[in-house]
Amino acid sequence: MPDALLNMTGLDAHYGDFQALYGVDMHIDAGEVLAIIGANGAGKTTLMRAITGLLKSGPGQISHNSVDIGGLRADEIAMRGIAMVPEGRQLFPSLSVKENLMIGAQVGRKGPWNLDAVYKLFPILDERKDQQSTSLSGGQQQMVAIGRALMANPDLILFDEISLGLAPVIIKDIYKALPGIIGEGMSAIIVEQDITKALSVSSRVYCLQEGRVSLEGGSDTVSREDISRAYFGIE
Amino acid sequence: MDWLNAVVQGTLLGGLYALFAAGLSLIFGVMRLVNIAHGDLIVLAAYLGLTVTTATGMHPLLALVVVVPVMATIGYALQRGLLNQTLGDDLLPPLLVTFGLSVIIQNALLEGYTADPQKLSAGALETASFDLGGLTLGVLPALTFAIAVVVIWGLQRVFYHTPLGRAFRAVSDNQDIAQLMGLNRRHIFGLAMALALAVTAVAGILLGIRTSFDPSIGGGRLIFGFEAVIIGGLGNLWGTLAGGVILGVAQTVGAKIDPGWQILSGHIAFLIILAVRPNGLFPRISA
Repeated sequence: MPDALLNMTGLDAHYGDFQALYGVDMHIDAGEVLAIIGANGAGKTTLMRAITGLLKSGPGQISHNSVDIGGLRADEIAMRGIAMVPEGRQLFPSLSVKENLMIGAQVGRKGPWNLDAVYKLFPILDERKDQQSTSLSGGQQQMVAIGRALMANPDLILFDEISLGLAPVIIKDIYKALPGIIGEGMSAIIVEQDITKALSVSSRVYCLQEGRVSLEGGSDTVSREDISRAYFGIE
Repeated sequence: MDWLNAVVQGTLLGGLYALFAAGLSLIFGVMRLVNIAHGDLIVLAAYLGLTVTTATGMHPLLALVVVVPVMATIGYALQRGLLNQTLGDDLLPPLLVTFGLSVIIQNALLEGYTADPQKLSAGALETASFDLGGLTLGVLPALTFAIAVVVIWGLQRVFYHTPLGRAFRAVSDNQDIAQLMGLNRRHIFGLAMALALAVTAVAGILLGIRTSFDPSIGGGRLIFGFEAVIIGGLGNLWGTLAGGVILGVAQTVGAKIDPGWQILSGHIAFLIILAVRPNGLFPRISA
């Protein structure tokens, strides 16, 4: 699939001697929203780390805009337009809200997202911009993490477990904001434990099980039975 | 009045110690690197100043125009070429490598400049003094203190009000996530070391004007720098200035009691503060 925005072919990933991903084949087209589901330890976060370059992958295993990015450093991959909202938000505690957002713009890519656009999306952040990021509520911190990724004007944004540890009402708000975010012509990969949420915003879904792709399909065509089989490995 | 004089002289001396310490504090803050060679780098800067002043006849303070950029370049190259490779989860490799570096610098200086004590000649500035409320203060110590305040103020500005400082703090907070934001930590660390050695250059020149130096004195400067950093609290630059002043005052007051007690009383003050406040007087506060 040479035209895909991001293409993974036979992607392996290791933590030392432990292999976490086995020959994962996956692709995402421009403007597409992809959901990745799977149980704890299935390799979802490992996959995110491999795509962003935090975990080294071999040459030829990942290509972005037809360029081989396997083996590039994380900062080089970020410059090419892949941004991540990491699991657990991971804001910089010594930086203010505004500085956290500004650091996202460090890659210097042009596009629709800037401080004003992020403040328009999440007005509360404008009010809190000079506070330390750690003084915000969990939901507000998640907004900063999303805004920080958007500031990079990426063509692909990865959301790693964005609902983890947040109140249901906040999760609802954030998912309500997602189409507006992704609507700007970006592609997105959503990693989520909450399968219903993930399917509702995506067009295609992959399920991972023990480091391998166990299911691939359209988000509105895969059946519950397929998913539970792919998720838990029950035959 | 004698006691007041000792306190004031010690305060001014503290400015020099703060300059020794500021670079240490900065690189520890950004990359958790404890640089054992820091004192020898200060001495290296003094020798570079000596070479520049003898070759051109420049005033040592003017030689800063040359020595500061040279030391900054050395810092960047050292970090990118050597020290980055030692950084990881283990604190031991950078300690060992900078210890080795310390030995190498000392011996290279010995080879290049011999063991003879040297001094930077600053002419009338060395002995000039002025009266302040009945005390006689040296112009050089007062100037040193003023420079220390300006340098620390400048570092504080860089840290909290510039994109570079933002990058320093982000990398210090979380290296992985900072990489995801497009920050190349190797480059950022290089810049931090360049900035630290630029400050070291200032410290080295002022040291060389104030006292005579030889290749072996780096270790002592390192200890004073460490003590100032730890008294002040890690990661707090104004605290580092306060730490330098406390150390300086302890030394001059100690010397007032008995000249033999100068260095020891500084160490005793350090031990007492470490015992009472293990995190230093002003542990990391955000500006």
